[in-house]
Amino acid sequence: MAILLGKKVGMTQVYGERGNFLPVTVIQAGPCVVMQVKTAETDGYNAVQFGFEDVKPSRRNNPQTGHADKANTVPKKFIKEMRLPDETEPEYKLGDSITVSVFEENESVDVIGTSKGKGFAGVMKRHGFAGFPASHGTERKHRAPGSISSFASDAGHGPGPKKGKKMAGHMGHSRVTTKNHKLVSIDEERNLLVVKGAIPGPADGYCIIRSAKSQPKRVASDKEQSND
Amino acid sequence: MAQKNKIAAKSQLLDAVENKSLKQDIPHFEIGDTVDVHCSIKEGNKERIQVFTGTVIARKGRGTSETFTVRRIVNNEGVERIFPLHSPNVVDIRPVRSGKTRRAKLYFLRKRTGKAVKLAHRHSGHTVTK
Repeated sequence: MAILLGKKVGMTQVYGERGNFLPVTVIQAGPCVVMQVKTAETDGYNAVQFGFEDVKPSRRNNPQTGHADKANTVPKKFIKEMRLPDETEPEYKLGDSITVSVFEENESVDVIGTSKGKGFAGVMKRHGFAGFPASHGTERKHRAPGSISSFASDAGHGPGPKKGKKMAGHMGHSRVTTKNHKLVSIDEERNLLVVKGAIPGPADGYCIIRSAKSQPKRVASDKEQSND
Repeated sequence: MAQKNKIAAKSQLLDAVENKSLKQDIPHFEIGDTVDVHCSIKEGNKERIQVFTGTVIARKGRGTSETFTVRRIVNNEGVERIFPLHSPNVVDIRPVRSGKTRRAKLYFLRKRTGKAVKLAHRHSGHTVTK
């Protein structure tokens, strides 16, 4: 289980091994510094805290610079923690530097990011409702949600519509995980990861890259081979 | 200014990724040239080379997605194929004959039939004789 913090650079297209054209996202990942190692004795659980991208010490307050000083580094913009199994001793040391070499090519990875904010969105955009016909007498309610509740359908749920009823509201800017991206290539010199497909968030958005938690039944490359 | 530098640095990283997919040894050919395009075709486990000969009528896109369009007449029917320039499946491009043209896109050839399709020959160093 490997984890790395990074920043989305942008998308492009590259050719795969068999001449297939792949849509890929380029991520600038690492080097990440181990800011803190948490152990079961001191913190109640095992974990390791990574920091990515330097920031001027004058831009952070004393507790934050002090926290970085302990790891003998400068304060970081993006800090995240990875949980480790409780039984074993953590193999990370304070101040260690982690780079893209923790991953292997063709490995499956999950990417976690913050999706682009869409503002206050209606039900058609937010939940994929069908809306109402464009014509045939429809007036002023082409994109309306329709009925949100009735006396009968709400029976036993107290007053008002049911909880969790899909309605208009704020959309996007939430934590999103996209799973099982194929790691197309790794550039150790420039600290780049090239993953197949799109990842959540805008260019320059921070993201977490980790080894895939659930491997797909058929790895993407196997599927492509059988198609030939 | 800082914003501009940032964008330049980002596109440099993208270019670094794209460059690995780009072919370094693409033969020089121009719009209007007649070319032999050698394509590798996989049938099951077998791989063979197919040659498509025609006039280059357009070249568009840049980077990994650059393509060129080749037009030829088969049985009085115009056939156009669009090849990705940097695809590993396009094994070789051989310019056979140079054609004299005054524009970058030769879409006017689509309306022409018979003898009018043929472009005037221009003597040029980059073509190879069969």
